[in-house]
Amino acid sequence: MIGRNVRAVIRREWRSYFNSPIAYVFLIIFLALAAFFTFFVGLFYEAGQADLRGFFLWHPWLYLVLVPAAAMRLWAEERRSGTIELLLTLPMTPTEALLGKFLAAWLFLALALALTFPVPLSAFYLGRPDPGVIFTGYLGSLLLAGAYLAIGLFTSALTRNQVISFIVAVVIGLFLILCGFPPVTDFVARFAPASVVEGVAAFSFVTHFDGLQRGVLDVQDMLYFVSVMVFMLFVTQWALRSRAGK
Amino acid sequence: MIQVHEVTKYFGRVAAVRGVTFEARKGEVLGFLGPNGAGKSTTMRIITGFLPPTSGCVTVDGYDVGRDPVAARRRLGYLPENAPAYGDMTVEEFLTFIAEVRGFDGTERRARVENAIGQCLLDPVRRRTIETLSKGYRQRTCFAQAILHDPPALIMDEPTEGLDPNQKHVVRQMIRRMGRDKAIILSTHILEEVEAICTRVIIISNGRLVADGSPAELKRAGGRERSLDEVFRELTQTADVAEAIGQEATT
Repeated sequence: MIGRNVRAVIRREWRSYFNSPIAYVFLIIFLALAAFFTFFVGLFYEAGQADLRGFFLWHPWLYLVLVPAAAMRLWAEERRSGTIELLLTLPMTPTEALLGKFLAAWLFLALALALTFPVPLSAFYLGRPDPGVIFTGYLGSLLLAGAYLAIGLFTSALTRNQVISFIVAVVIGLFLILCGFPPVTDFVARFAPASVVEGVAAFSFVTHFDGLQRGVLDVQDMLYFVSVMVFMLFVTQWALRSRAGK
Repeated sequence: MIQVHEVTKYFGRVAAVRGVTFEARKGEVLGFLGPNGAGKSTTMRIITGFLPPTSGCVTVDGYDVGRDPVAARRRLGYLPENAPAYGDMTVEEFLTFIAEVRGFDGTERRARVENAIGQCLLDPVRRRTIETLSKGYRQRTCFAQAILHDPPALIMDEPTEGLDPNQKHVVRQMIRRMGRDKAIILSTHILEEVEAICTRVIIISNGRLVADGSPAELKRAGGRERSLDEVFRELTQTADVAEAIGQEATT
């Protein structure tokens, strides 16, 4: 299903991550923050429950900052250094280049997520958590990361400036978190009818991630994340085409 | 081999290239001249399919760049302006990536990479990351990328820019050698270079083609022998004069 060109782009992107300090800095900070939030802020031990709610709860916020940081160079750097002209004149379609970059970064995020394995291991060591819930939690987190990534990839395709790409991606991500965040929805509910509140909340990452981290494997939630990814990749392709020479 | 037909490109309301038509045949080294901002790089980007033309079409070896971009690009080697390359990869990794996307596998891939490294004299730096290389080596790395698949058509945007005289000499010799059985289009500002390696010259000014002929023909155009430098200035300094002489030179 994944052609040789896509695989070649994936390998190239992984080289770039690991030839530079980016990969190591990202992995260390991601793992350190995940552990800090889970064990110190989320009160993993004190909660006295053998589940990973206190772990997954923080992922939308962790990704909010870290995923745009991992995504910002994907196209912006190609534009800044001029390599975009090489990449897009090689015998492959822009879709292959785009898919390669997306999958490379998503696999990298999957690696970061996989390296959090000591957290579920300690839950299993301490008690008897439900493996199904842990599985859907990880699945939800991976889908969530992919959705953030697709947004970061889009903002990266818009500019040659990584800082702008980062900031715009964070703002879009923040909006998608907050529009389903209870303090915000409660506030909106004070003056807007319930249907509006629900409509806005339906766009939120948190609403859809919540079910998955509680162990509810809802097709609608998964479909939501997949459609965010597909939609953003589609828009990214359009952005690349319309801003080719800029 | 490379046919450019009535290509026009607008950026917003500004015309960068207007109705440009020319052809580069096999065995030809076509020098593409023009002042800065005349539309050289834009034209080259249109030929390689990086930019779509507003109107007109380009074919490479019979393949329409707009309709069949992947097939056309397979037959093209491209050295973009400023020789971009992935700074965080080594020379070897970079060329291996290019070979991979160019469709080479296993021993063939290794042989292609070795051959490109050998031809461009990159052996001393093959394991260095590209961002640590000098301008000359970086230029040659990007050059190696363009010729790795031995394409029948080559587009080079200022291939000797930033090289020292020795490196310029080496690159010119390579271009002349390859020009025997390829169609090559190269842009440059160095007019001696044109006389040294180009079999034909086109001059673009203000997005319009104002001259097309061999270096010798251009020098004789207008009835008396002049230097290429004079011809270039005359053709490109004012648009009106340029147009008048352009018609004379092309007829």
